[in-house]
Amino acid sequence: MSAALLAVIRRDLLLALRQRGDVVNVLLFFVVVVTIVPLGVGPELNVLRMIGAGTVWVAALLASIVSLARIFAQDYADGSLEQLMLAGQPASLVVIGKILAHWLVTGAPITLAAVPIAVMFDLGLEPMGTLVAALALGTPALSLIGAVGAALTLGLRGGGVLVTLLVLPLTVPVLIFGAGAVDATAGGVSAAADLLLLGGLSLGAAALAPWAIVSALRISLE
Amino acid sequence: MLQAIDLECVRGERCLFRGLELELGAGQCLHIAGDNGVGKTSLLRILAGLLSPTRGKVRWRGLDITRTREEYGSELVFVGHLNGIKDDLTVLENVHFEAAVRGIDVSTDAARQALVRLGLEDFDDVLVRHLSQGQKRRVALARLCSAAPAALWILDEPFNALDSRAVETVYQLLEDHLASGGMVVLTAHQKIELPSSAQRLDLLAWALA
Repeated sequence: MSAALLAVIRRDLLLALRQRGDVVNVLLFFVVVVTIVPLGVGPELNVLRMIGAGTVWVAALLASIVSLARIFAQDYADGSLEQLMLAGQPASLVVIGKILAHWLVTGAPITLAAVPIAVMFDLGLEPMGTLVAALALGTPALSLIGAVGAALTLGLRGGGVLVTLLVLPLTVPVLIFGAGAVDATAGGVSAAADLLLLGGLSLGAAALAPWAIVSALRISLE
Repeated sequence: MLQAIDLECVRGERCLFRGLELELGAGQCLHIAGDNGVGKTSLLRILAGLLSPTRGKVRWRGLDITRTREEYGSELVFVGHLNGIKDDLTVLENVHFEAAVRGIDVSTDAARQALVRLGLEDFDDVLVRHLSQGQKRRVALARLCSAAPAALWILDEPFNALDSRAVETVYQLLEDHLASGGMVVLTAHQKIELPSSAQRLDLLAWALA
């Protein structure tokens, strides 16, 4: 069973490596969105410090939505998805493998990219640490919730816009606690509560999302 | 072993078939015949558990397949209209992945052997996207030579895009599989000779029923 999980993760990472362009584009998208905000609001350091964490989280949210098409669309179009569903493995296991691989090529690099970006916003060392921790804890929830939307809109015309409308409202809690954690640290309060909630959101999503995704995929395959 | 009970399939507004019953035992081959659009692919997808019938049940070894998806899947090989292989993986990587995800520990030698059987031995390191249609079909059919053979094969137009030599090979695979007690359900609208034991199921008969 775990061999199948590893096989799915390995395959998806290999595919991401062969289609590097797609992966790099998501990361670039994230960096560009974060970078244009200071251009809009001006170089005032106090303002930048204040909006830094929120900007990073909004950009991470948008980047994760842009990357959603990668999760299932190709497998659906070339028939690999139906093969995976018939592979004699629990479908939720396959789905978990795919989401893990997706997080490794989107959520993880975004988390790392937050370090230079925190410097850009002059967040300071401690808030930077909190931001990275918050992203590491919260981006899995973004991948999981996003995958539900991606599975529901598979094969639909105009699915891209629909998935944004479906997923964005559901990810608001992640955004609130993610930005809240950094604000707490910057304000000299412990960020533990926000970070715990973020971790809880990710774990809750990990428990519920695979089940929803499998049902959605079965409907999409009909 | 495979049993369909009172199947009905409605696609869009149209009822494709109704009250369809079929039964398939060890060593039997069922050829689903019918014109385009009568529901051959829909029936195969229902039998594979990918499409739920509007009414009726499919049973495998006496159990409803929607309740035993994993067990059923591990005994089933499905080759659909879509090849289900990745363009950005090499031929060998595709064969390896399919085995690994099914929990079969396939050695490179065994995988190569499957490729030799289908005439792909010189292409094992080639990305699938650089292959021709017929070659891609052969990669998908390499599933049939897997080390742990599944009991039931559901094949949707397996001979599509294949040259006569590959057709001969697949024919041989079918015969071997049937001889060893396997089961096959397939559609093939070309004039291809099927194993002599193949029963014909004309879907049109069920459409009018």
